[in-house]
Amino acid sequence: MTDALLQVKGLKTWFGNGEQPYRAVDGISFDIHRGQTFALLGESGCGKSMTALSLLRLNPYPASRIVSGEVLLDGKNLLPLSEAQMETIRGRRIAMIFQEPQSSLNPVLSVGQQIAEVLNWHFDLNEAAIYTRSIELLQAVGIPDPQQRIKDYPHQLSGGMKQRIMIAIALAGEPELLIADEPTTALDVTIQAQILDLLKDIQQKTGMAILLITHDLGVVAQMADHVAVMYAGQIVETASREQFFNDTRHPYTRKLFEALPSEQKREEKLTVIKGSVPQLNQTFNCCRFADRCDYAWQHCHDVEPQWVEEDSHGVRCHLYDAAVTAENIVRELKQTHSKLSDVVPAETALLQVDRLKVHFPIKKGILQRTVGHVKAVDGISFDLRVAETLALVGESGCGKTTVGKGVLQLVPVTEGNVSFRNEKLTKMSERELREARSSLQIIFQDPFSSMNPRMTISQVIEEGMLTSSIREPEQKARKVDELLERVGLRPEIKHRYPHEFSGGQRQRICIARALAAEPEVIICDEPTSALDVSVQAQILNLLRDIQHEFGLSYLFITHNIAVVDYLAHRVAVMYLGRVVEEGSREDVLNNPKHPYTQALLAAVPKIDAESQRETVRLEGELPSPAHPPKGCHFHQRCPHVMDKCREQYPDLSQLSTSHTVKCFLYEEDYYGSTDSN
Amino acid sequence: MPFLPVFLWTDILIFLLLAVVAAGVIYIRRRPHLSAPWRTVIQRKRGMISIMILSCYVVIGLLDSLHYRPALEADGNGEQVHYATEVISVFDRIAQPLRQELEKTYSAPFSHQLYVKEMQTAADGSLIYDYPRLKYGASHLAQIEDKWSDIQQTILKASLLSLLLVFLVYVAHCIVSYWRNKTGILAEAKRLLTGQSDYPLRTFYLMLLMLTLVTFNVVALSGDYHVFGTDKVGQDVLYQALKSVRTGLVIGTLTTLVMLPLAIMMGIAAGYFRGWIDDIIQYIYTTLNSIPGVLLIAAAVLILQVYMNNHPENFATIAERADMRLLFLCIILGVTSWTGLCRILRAETLKLREAEYVLASRALGASNFSILHKHILPNLMHLVLIAVVLDFSGLVLAEAVLSYVGVGVDPSMISWGNMINSARLEMARDPVVWWSLTAAFISMFVLVLAANLFADVVRDAFDPRMQGGR
Repeated sequence: MTDALLQVKGLKTWFGNGEQPYRAVDGISFDIHRGQTFALLGESGCGKSMTALSLLRLNPYPASRIVSGEVLLDGKNLLPLSEAQMETIRGRRIAMIFQEPQSSLNPVLSVGQQIAEVLNWHFDLNEAAIYTRSIELLQAVGIPDPQQRIKDYPHQLSGGMKQRIMIAIALAGEPELLIADEPTTALDVTIQAQILDLLKDIQQKTGMAILLITHDLGVVAQMADHVAVMYAGQIVETASREQFFNDTRHPYTRKLFEALPSEQKREEKLTVIKGSVPQLNQTFNCCRFADRCDYAWQHCHDVEPQWVEEDSHGVRCHLYDAAVTAENIVRELKQTHSKLSDVVPAETALLQVDRLKVHFPIKKGILQRTVGHVKAVDGISFDLRVAETLALVGESGCGKTTVGKGVLQLVPVTEGNVSFRNEKLTKMSERELREARSSLQIIFQDPFSSMNPRMTISQVIEEGMLTSSIREPEQKARKVDELLERVGLRPEIKHRYPHEFSGGQRQRICIARALAAEPEVIICDEPTSALDVSVQAQILNLLRDIQHEFGLSYLFITHNIAVVDYLAHRVAVMYLGRVVEEGSREDVLNNPKHPYTQALLAAVPKIDAESQRETVRLEGELPSPAHPPKGCHFHQRCPHVMDKCREQYPDLSQLSTSHTVKCFLYEEDYYGSTDSN
Repeated sequence: MPFLPVFLWTDILIFLLLAVVAAGVIYIRRRPHLSAPWRTVIQRKRGMISIMILSCYVVIGLLDSLHYRPALEADGNGEQVHYATEVISVFDRIAQPLRQELEKTYSAPFSHQLYVKEMQTAADGSLIYDYPRLKYGASHLAQIEDKWSDIQQTILKASLLSLLLVFLVYVAHCIVSYWRNKTGILAEAKRLLTGQSDYPLRTFYLMLLMLTLVTFNVVALSGDYHVFGTDKVGQDVLYQALKSVRTGLVIGTLTTLVMLPLAIMMGIAAGYFRGWIDDIIQYIYTTLNSIPGVLLIAAAVLILQVYMNNHPENFATIAERADMRLLFLCIILGVTSWTGLCRILRAETLKLREAEYVLASRALGASNFSILHKHILPNLMHLVLIAVVLDFSGLVLAEAVLSYVGVGVDPSMISWGNMINSARLEMARDPVVWWSLTAAFISMFVLVLAANLFADVVRDAFDPRMQGGR
């Protein structure tokens, strides 16, 4: 493997021309070999995407400029080339796919036109040849019925299909290198698994190299041959996959692994990385990670570490530099035990949801007649007990978020009941509801849009005390200070505005606002999915702490199985508006019964390389909740489908006292009439 | 009392608006996230220039909005003070000579004689048919040949004076900033001049110099000459152009005062409550939009005209009558122009009501009213501001057009529209009387250009897309 396809040497891309340019990419070197998958791993804002764009010279102009470095493609430097020469390289020799398939396809051109554009540009083909080639490409990326699909417009396709089309467009130029910038981040796990398989498959057939940019260690484990970890504009570690997962060297990389939530860490707090990424508009004379590193000693703060490489395992750390005598910093083992098993949820149900239905009417025509319903939530029942975490798991579009809003009566409920402490929220008037709502709070996914940008932090939190008994301004102010300290922020920040804070800090503020209402139930709607792994760990720790302290019950809505494994007591799996399997965490996650749960769990990329397990790959995608399939909603994708499944929806089967599933496979276990549906 | 203050309706509203703006400035200054975009407005060169020009206009307009009736000369017994029926403003008092030095008829700018020939008796008693000398314009000159050298001298003096003034301001500025920073007075002077400050000071001083140059020269020259000539009845055109400033500003600002409550309330209500409220409001504004605005305005103004003719007792002076018509024009313009902003606000509210912080607020038990005024309204204000500033220049131009058509302000009120309207006949004369139109054009053009530039800068500063990461 000596023939490096792409060599990057000392690439620097800086933003701004002033005294202190923002060094987004600051001296990056790596090689990509033919047929290899090279993963660039890092948290948001570390310069991954800017590196990729700089390779193609697509970095934003004139905001940023490539200051120095070389990008050698087959030994030929790309940086001095003219724009016209670059055009023969972009798409033809190096192609790129982006994170958001929605916005990377032109909505007014058909799929065929968009593929033909690339073919026209790079090859001298006639119309018929272009058509046949387009069909071939669509077949290659696994689009069923390509003759039909070629005429479709992007809005007619689902997210996974669009990403396939993007890949087809990228492949049209028969590139030698494919840059995939977070290709699956916007997709569900089952679709992610399909796309990753597709990329692997294509790579085996065509022998092209892939530069995979991702923040997900699981994806790296599944895909990469070689891994580079980026931190604050630099590569801090590169290694082959085996080395990377078995012999992690750089303290930052180790921290990343430790911050991942998992079942094994249930009884302890997650490791967090203290502090935050340094501002990149300064010149560094020290290790960029020194302030956050547990092993750092004075030398780390004084001298910038050199690149140390042995056995093609490179690392930028003084600990591995033979020329530096490392002071042994004994790492304080402050693994605070925060046992989930300490708190035993009571058996009494606090919140009862009984056959909740939320249907949104579809209106059409001039008269706005209702022509159908989107059955976002279609008869869901569950109990939430005191001091318990119930995780609601499912893919996007299955109605999880609507359940959360339906429980809070933030969307009109079509049918069914929500009772809190045996009082029916669904029967309450607007005024009574306002009083009751403070006991039920919600934390949203996107910390950037969940706070009014024009209110100070103290105003934001004081809003949480609307219904509380605290009336005097001084008491309110004191409570705000208390809450901010409780969520780990300094009280001085309360006069600042939300835009001054990072995502993790904002999520803390949102938690403080929810706590201000003195709730008993908090609905967490994917509270960590917009955050980086290290920040996610902080928020999960905080959520667990306040649960223990205040005895809160969580309805935890998420698609992240690892988080569920770490935090939840019970799990309910949703598919197309209905719960298909429910039970204690051990039951559902370690012994899944429903074929959908099995497939969902199998699709999650695992980081321990040994367990590259047999996988059940799901075909197809989530059907539309406006037209759910007849019979069992899952039958079109189910590997165990029977005739019966196509006809009727299965009843609830009680597998044990704590484990229920809705599938005909377990009908024989059925005893007693437990389902009232 | 030597005068009787007169409060015209538009005066009251203008000063109300001024108070609101002042309160707004104080409010904004205390909030960093609100004052930041305004700081960028001033930091831009265009922003600085347009603000300085606009403030000149505003000063003229405000001076012209302080109305009173002067006391008449007491007729001996001194018991009862009588006031003149004519309402004049502070600005009129300052520009007294301009107002009162009436010529007989047209005269060209800087001319010493009328524009038309007349029969006149010479000193020796013979009759000659020639251009007569003006009563006031260039009347101080013994020799007509001296006119141009006199003008040159006046310009030179005024220019030197203005240079001196700007220099004094600069020195004062240096001293103040020296007191603040204590870095040495020369260093401060250099810092201010080389543009190392946060604000475009060089632009500021250049603009200040230009403004003082123009003002001083115009003031000095208008003492002896008619800078823009005189109109048909011999009135100074410069005075007319300056008087028109108030009319333009009133139309531009008071209309928005009428329009804003309608647009904001309707837009927010439609977007937030949806359902039948939304339907009704949408019907109202689509209907209103499909009626030609000019027709509606013409009808409304004619109705008012009839009313005023039938009830002359309600209007003590001509000024009050004209003012009522101006106010009515503002109202009717406001009523016809709120739909655009309303539509924008409705769309934005539709977006905001789904925002997570609004949902969170509802989950916390907030009432609709508190959500509207805490979450929705503050997040719409930038749109309102941009719309107001953009509309301003359009309304100033609309006044000119409407007055030209004849449904604008009262014919007795001096406005750019009326000036242009009368210039219609002047342009048809031979030789052409061009200065009336030119004066109206220049003063209106400068105002509208400044307003447009200002709107541009404001939009850039408040548009979230123009500033990354907010």
